[in-house]
Amino acid sequence: MAATAAALQFSAQVSSLNNYNDLHPDWTQREVSTGTTIMAVEFDGGVVMGADSRTTTGSYIANRVTDKLTPIHDRIFCCRSGSAADTQAIADAVTYQLGFHSIELDEAPLVQTAASLFRDMCYRYREELMAGIIVAGWDQRRGGQVYTVPVGGMLTRQPVSVGGSGSSYIYGYVDSNYRTGMNKEECLKFTAGALTLAMERDGSSGGVVRMAIITEKGVERQVILGNQLPQFSTV
Amino acid sequence: MSEELLAEPGWLSEEVKTGTTIIAVTFDGGVVLGSDSRVSAGESVVNRVMNKLSPLHDKIYCALSGSAADAQTIAEIVNYQLDVHSIEVEDDPLVCSAATLVKNISYKYKEELSAHLIVAGWDRKEGGQVYATLSGLLTKQPFAIGGSGSFYINGFVDAEFRKNMTKKETQEFVVNALALAMGRDGSSGGVAYVVTIDKDGTEEKCILGNELPKFFDQ
Repeated sequence: MAATAAALQFSAQVSSLNNYNDLHPDWTQREVSTGTTIMAVEFDGGVVMGADSRTTTGSYIANRVTDKLTPIHDRIFCCRSGSAADTQAIADAVTYQLGFHSIELDEAPLVQTAASLFRDMCYRYREELMAGIIVAGWDQRRGGQVYTVPVGGMLTRQPVSVGGSGSSYIYGYVDSNYRTGMNKEECLKFTAGALTLAMERDGSSGGVVRMAIITEKGVERQVILGNQLPQFSTV
Repeated sequence: MSEELLAEPGWLSEEVKTGTTIIAVTFDGGVVLGSDSRVSAGESVVNRVMNKLSPLHDKIYCALSGSAADAQTIAEIVNYQLDVHSIEVEDDPLVCSAATLVKNISYKYKEELSAHLIVAGWDRKEGGQVYATLSGLLTKQPFAIGGSGSFYINGFVDAEFRKNMTKKETQEFVVNALALAMGRDGSSGGVAYVVTIDKDGTEEKCILGNELPKFFDQ
């Protein structure tokens, strides 16, 4: 009898394959998600971070000039992908925690500390959250570092990391074009090229390319508009 | 979630799929086709050396992806139909004809089949051509990629392809693309098969796993 009762419980998530209803546009029923392509690369002296600028609710582009590179501290930024609400909430919480920690320490926090705080939150609430975050920045102890905290709450440091729905399309490009020991200009070109290719193939990524370069001197922000993106022969 | 009293290995119940990475590229004077060699049923690799480049005629090959059974059957049927057709016209068939035959089957049975074939070859009229026949559409392209591993190399092929490469450059391009995809896709792996077709004939090559180019691996 208990087994039958359990079998009558329906799954909370109903299949949304044919929820098409003429009276309500698609975007009133869908969660806001940063579809996205995000990327970060280490170089000797800092990091280069890049992201596209499209936020979608279903097929509607809610924001076509989003800034997915969020400051966490003076020289630590994060790239956000997944649910826009979740990642904004996590980033706000970590910014507060890191600010407090930095005041206690009386010095600039480590990038690894910021990454750990992200990981703690993403792992503890892994069932409720949908967030893939790349944390990158510069600190005195280890220079430029990139840490990735994908969906599920793992933490790992990588010289180059890509994330978001558009990232699948550029694994081949990143694997073949990345070399250790690139300088800042090469990293910028590499990031812009990779993001452009992903944006061309992924429907949830697009708009402009936003980049941030973090070094000992500080943070430099750049924007590459749609018509200034690098051109590839077939794209 | 139902509990399984006897944990049954995946390969007893899962359909056999050619997980796969396939690619076909035109160059000045012919085409190069490439594929990996892994056939999986669930998590198990049931064949690690399968050649997914199947001949439809002397100078026309097709690359198989999707359900192994569906893809092989389509290739065999079209092979037969092309033989009959080439006897009727008393000449070598056009690549376009082969692609159309594949498309006709893919489209007519699109609900029952789940296979994607890339048809490529050389004929006297148009030279080297590549046709994609995904779920029943037919489109001629300078190059085509397919299979689960192809998602990871979209960016790479978009960036690196140039029209009218030499035969050697095209072969290198195909091998690099396959190596990158096999490095990232769990359903692609094994060895790389490469077939080059031009006016002088057809050349089949097999590149072993340890001879494949190595890329940044983290």
